[in-house]
Amino acid sequence: MKRYVGRRLLQLIPVFFGATFLIFAMVYALPGDPIAALGGDKGLPPAVRAAIEREYHLDQPLLIQYLYYLKGIFTFDFGMTFSGRPVVEVMADAFPWTLKLALMAIVFESVFGILFGVFAGLRRGGVFDSTVLVLSLFLIAIPVFVIGFLLQFIIGVKLGWLPVTVDQSMSFKSMLMPAIVLGAVSFAYILRLTRTEVAENATADYVRTATAKGLSRPKVVVRHILRNSLIPVITFIGADLGALMGGAIVTEGIFNIPGVGGTMYKAIFQGEAATVVSFTTILVLVYIFTSLIVDLLYAALDPRIRYE
Amino acid sequence: MLQAETSSQAVGAQEAAEVQEQAQDHVQEQANGADLKPLLEVKDLEVAFQSSTGTVPAVRKANFSIYPGQTIAIVGESGSGKSTVAAAVIGLLPGTGKVTGGQILFDGKDITHCTRKEYEDLRGSKIGLVPQDPMSNLNPVWSIGFQVREALVANNIAKGSEAHKLAIQMLEHAGLPDAERRSKQYPHEFSGGMRQRALIGIGLACHPKLLIADEPTSALDVTVQKRILDHLENLTSELGTAVMFITHDLGLAAERASYLVVMHRGRVVESGPSLEILQNPRHPYTKRLVQAAPSLSSQRLSAGVEAAQSAHEVSDSSSEQSDSDEVLRAENLVKVFDIRGAKGEKQELRAVDDVSFSIRRGTTLAIVGESGSGKSTVANILLGLLKATSGEVYYEGVPSSTLSAADMFKLRRKMQPVFQNPYGSLDPMMSIYRCIEEPLRIHKIGTREEREKRVAELLDLVSLPRSAMRRYPGELSGGQRQRVAIARALALNPEIVVLDEAVSALDVLVQAQILQLLTDLQAELNLSYLFITHDLAVVRQSADEVIVMRDGKMVESGSCEDLFANPQEDYTRDLIAAIPGGSIPLWSGN
Repeated sequence: MKRYVGRRLLQLIPVFFGATFLIFAMVYALPGDPIAALGGDKGLPPAVRAAIEREYHLDQPLLIQYLYYLKGIFTFDFGMTFSGRPVVEVMADAFPWTLKLALMAIVFESVFGILFGVFAGLRRGGVFDSTVLVLSLFLIAIPVFVIGFLLQFIIGVKLGWLPVTVDQSMSFKSMLMPAIVLGAVSFAYILRLTRTEVAENATADYVRTATAKGLSRPKVVVRHILRNSLIPVITFIGADLGALMGGAIVTEGIFNIPGVGGTMYKAIFQGEAATVVSFTTILVLVYIFTSLIVDLLYAALDPRIRYE
Repeated sequence: MLQAETSSQAVGAQEAAEVQEQAQDHVQEQANGADLKPLLEVKDLEVAFQSSTGTVPAVRKANFSIYPGQTIAIVGESGSGKSTVAAAVIGLLPGTGKVTGGQILFDGKDITHCTRKEYEDLRGSKIGLVPQDPMSNLNPVWSIGFQVREALVANNIAKGSEAHKLAIQMLEHAGLPDAERRSKQYPHEFSGGMRQRALIGIGLACHPKLLIADEPTSALDVTVQKRILDHLENLTSELGTAVMFITHDLGLAAERASYLVVMHRGRVVESGPSLEILQNPRHPYTKRLVQAAPSLSSQRLSAGVEAAQSAHEVSDSSSEQSDSDEVLRAENLVKVFDIRGAKGEKQELRAVDDVSFSIRRGTTLAIVGESGSGKSTVANILLGLLKATSGEVYYEGVPSSTLSAADMFKLRRKMQPVFQNPYGSLDPMMSIYRCIEEPLRIHKIGTREEREKRVAELLDLVSLPRSAMRRYPGELSGGQRQRVAIARALALNPEIVVLDEAVSALDVLVQAQILQLLTDLQAELNLSYLFITHDLAVVRQSADEVIVMRDGKMVESGSCEDLFANPQEDYTRDLIAAIPGGSIPLWSGN
């Protein structure tokens, strides 16, 4: 197990450098000259241009510039926006929203997806199974914004159970509906994945052996069916956390949440290079981190993987 | 409709009833003699499966009893209902299976319609199970110790650290060496034999009164099988456990059980004391089963009259030119694999270590050995699927390492394999026609019409109806699939057929049929066989020359008759002694 964890951690190093270098190199290769643009139609005097280039280390070779960029990442110095606001502050505004939203969505989709999936998988072809299958198909087929507006209208406006938009204090109650909407599609996928796995594992020989030992049904289900079924589900949930962090633009828009998605969207349109690069870097790091967690969970669930 | 592999003789209702009466007589005799109440009584048991076309009966009016401490065996081929009876007793009928009639009395109480809770109380603590396939019956994600402990805790035998201690003790009893350390390991770190010991430990953990052993060793090597069954026998007699042994191997059943119940198509066709059934079988099905049982007394199968004649002609002509007699020769084959040791360090595994042999045209060479002996690696090297680390294979005198890729391609035409698992070696998405035609297509032989004609011929050759062409592997029985695999191997008119455990997955009767088919084909087409097997009884029936392999090395080699009559090495003697029921004289027909 130690070897496995050690190897996974070591693997992070090349992934981190590879991913950050790619982001950096892509921005470097972008056409256009922001410094020239600063001078407008008149153009900049060569001395000023040189001074700016020196300030941003643009006179250095690519690799040195990359190292400066890395230094920035490690010292939380992500540069300034056009308006002169440090990018770190922009991040500090946006990330808590998205993080809370994504975590709530993950908890919602995992708990209910797995729970419903287990019940459906154990009684495949039953009434419950058929009902949740149709429901999940709906969720997958209908675009997120339709689900969002629908819930907003029914639960928020007509029934008045939950607030229509979030409040600034990020209260659980106001975040609940956006989290459900954000997690809806993944909930459907987790449900279907769990259902298939459970149905397949339920007929495994070792499950029969466990029953023959005299174990009660709940113990057989939890220990011998569920644990074996969770491995592919965990993979999906891990990949999904990364996706939810960066891809919540629509949901954030519907519920008026000032999160990562919306901020990125704006930054891209306004050509805020520093913001885009910094946010992308953080999201890449989140991805790397979650896949590490997934790998560790794998090993905890399946002893065979520890020895690969 | 394809006919079933074994065309059964219809059992008249009257006859069946008679047989059952006889069975009851035996039970009565035993009961009177021992003055005991039966532990388990199965009375007129009927089990049926619900399918889309209606109910399919799997067990029809089965009757038998087991007395405390007694070992009985239920014998029959796949589909005979023997496993279904066992599943009904422990309340684990799969899918839509249901008891539709009769009674199962355990300790005098009818358990046919138990609630789930009542069954949970029964399982493990009163009725234990040792399942068939050790590879799939342990949960890969829990440690062995945990899986034994679980049984103890679930049946309130022990808790916590006491359960831990008991579990280790049980594993020790079951014959697992170094149980303390090994109980922390996971199933994938265990060999098949070790897993089966763990499963026996689980089955007996709570000292049940009855143990159901469902083909507990059919997936294991003969020598391992013998050791494990010896151990199980000692253990159950020590604990006074009654054993219901389920097997398709008559020899094994007779050796391990005092009383046999023979099942065929869901009916108990005969039952009685083991020796009596083996030496004086009454029912025609039992007679066939006894005749097909591969035991030491079996002789080399000979081909049917016509085929034998043509074989004679061929062998006459070939004996004149003795140089070309040798179709394949392997010299000093070595295969080394790099593997990772327990701590990740690099190690070498000499899977094949200095193996040499030759095969004469029209004869069969058998390579015998346990799993891990390197016999399949040899086959893969010959087929060109693996490259030997050193050594050379000569095909008709030409060293294969000098061949170009194109020549190798041509060589493959002359050397075709038939593998062990007839379920795995046929693509389920291909029709039988496509399966057999594929080699012809790959080697660009003939036009469409010619290929179709050839496939029809091949089906005739392996005695399958031509209508089978349009079917899919999933619709055929194991024996029929193996026939298809043989037809596919023969499609390219090969000179050598490599049979890698080609009959070990089959029931005794089907096995006998396939072996006969192979023998006939050999005589008819002058084929050379390389027979890879762990089963010495099969070797005796089908081989001319034998090589015994162990840990990659050749232990002994020689003609089949010499080897059996006069084995030189201890290991060979062990292998021969491990053949189940080998020492029991059988009824020899009519």
